[in-house]
Amino acid sequence: MRRGVVAAALLIAVLAAVPALTSRTAVVTWLFLVLLHAGIAQSWNLLAGFAGQINLGHAAFFGLGAIVTRTLWLGGTPVGWALLAGVSAALAAGLVIGAPSLRLRGAYFAIGTLALAEILRITTGNILPEVSALSVAQLAGYSLMPRYYLALALAIAVTATAWALAGSRFGLGLIALREDEEVAAGIGIPTFRHKLLALLVSSLFAGLAGGVFAYYHPSFYPAFAFNPLWTFDALLITFLGGVGTVWGPVVGAAFFVLVREGLALRLTELHLLIFGLLFVFVVIVFPGGLMEAASTLARRLGSPAKAKMPRIEQG
Amino acid sequence: MTILLQNAIFGALVGGLYGVAAVGLALAFGVLKMLNVSHGELIMLGGYLSFWLFTLWGVDPFLSLALTAPALFLVGAVLYQGLFSRLIRFPDEEKLKSSILIGFGLALILQTLAILAWQADERAITTAYTGQVLRLGTLVVPISRLAAFALGFVALGGLHLFLSRTDSGRAIRATAEDWQAASLMGIPVRRTYLYAFGLGSALAGVSGTLVSIGDAISPSIGLSWTLKALIVVVLAGLGSIFGTFVAGVLLGIVESISAFLLGGVYREVVGLVLFLLILSVRPAGLFGRN
Repeated sequence: MRRGVVAAALLIAVLAAVPALTSRTAVVTWLFLVLLHAGIAQSWNLLAGFAGQINLGHAAFFGLGAIVTRTLWLGGTPVGWALLAGVSAALAAGLVIGAPSLRLRGAYFAIGTLALAEILRITTGNILPEVSALSVAQLAGYSLMPRYYLALALAIAVTATAWALAGSRFGLGLIALREDEEVAAGIGIPTFRHKLLALLVSSLFAGLAGGVFAYYHPSFYPAFAFNPLWTFDALLITFLGGVGTVWGPVVGAAFFVLVREGLALRLTELHLLIFGLLFVFVVIVFPGGLMEAASTLARRLGSPAKAKMPRIEQG
Repeated sequence: MTILLQNAIFGALVGGLYGVAAVGLALAFGVLKMLNVSHGELIMLGGYLSFWLFTLWGVDPFLSLALTAPALFLVGAVLYQGLFSRLIRFPDEEKLKSSILIGFGLALILQTLAILAWQADERAITTAYTGQVLRLGTLVVPISRLAAFALGFVALGGLHLFLSRTDSGRAIRATAEDWQAASLMGIPVRRTYLYAFGLGSALAGVSGTLVSIGDAISPSIGLSWTLKALIVVVLAGLGSIFGTFVAGVLLGIVESISAFLLGGVYREVVGLVLFLLILSVRPAGLFGRN
């Protein structure tokens, strides 16, 4: 446990120092993308990995955070306030549309949220059809540094939340209801309240990730922030890394961005194919993902590293 | 009034295809208790198959049905054997969830393969009879769409006969009812699952061909077709082929009339809102039997 904390602190220190150590924009951009994706994936993992609720409409919360932040920030609001408003919008959406959809069980929650996200995507595309671009003045003053540190803060906050959750009474309640909702209710866990709280935390961080994306990207179509691809990235990263684990989404994000950026230079579509195949493979053959692979490997080699993995049981 | 009626006709003709797509999805769901969310991508594949048969060899799209249906049956059988069959003994809830995840990954794979093979462009089949219409007073009915509608109906009629009159069909229905009892009666349940999934995919192939006759196809049409099929299944429930077809037609009419009243951009939203409304009224068992 203490070694885990020390390792995490070291990792954070290195990540915080990177912009001072290298002047290469490519490296910082790459790390920014890893942190942003770790943030999205971890926010999805909070609900799916711990509480077992497969949200296929995660892009809706990301998108809401993104367009609210973007609109206010480009309108002249200081970026901090814009981010706060974006997060609030995602939270409100979690409460207003998430609460009724949580009455749906399992697979029905999944397809219900998928439909919800599509409604928001199409409506956004209709209301805001124009591309949202930074002005020339804003581009001239653009610096990657604040974006990078914001993404770092996002990744730290959401991973710390997952870490705190994994050891808490609340987190154990979520895991219990993930395994069997009726039994969990039977032993006195307020299942609906637990699920709702998990959804709110998940949508909060998804909204923040959307805000970071909106602050980072020079130009994008508002409907793009609601693209189901964001949900898919979150799923893919989480499953590749290890669903329901604290470090899975972080490891998965590093792998995902590495492969994607590496392949995108040569063949734009090829990485989607590889990720699709990997995803199906992980779901069927290897439900524990990279984290499980690492601990299995460590056990085979007889290394004591196996004890360090702060993972919880698979669903 | 005439314009409204005209819109309703167009909507009904498209809606018939929603019905065919939905029956394919419902068949696999009812028998295997798995939801194949890459159903729309199978429709897309069927559409491309017809498009290339027409473009390369001039095969009339209506004739190409005889090829797309068996071809997609094979694709479905391979997907079932390779992927979905591994979930078959999972507990129900787990099976459903995992099948959705696999379908999600599969959708991405098929869509990417289609882009790599055929580019992201929209393709359309233009035959000699494309654009010809039947006039009923002031109303017009496009002949190719009418024929597609009729063929979809005939295909479902064939499925109905197969399920009610043949041994294999009865085995599929018995397995959907209760696989354990079916197994005790000597029905080869695993093979029945394979047939049911293959048939569902073959219907996706039929839908794809019929879509390619009236509409443009592109690698990205999958998700919206999956959602359409889901909406119709939720509207109709399981258990009745013709009920599902009628629900598809209704959805088509509602969509095109609301698109006419609210503006075309909201065509897709109306069905999804309807879907969520029904879900919120029947949260536990939306695919309940009628």
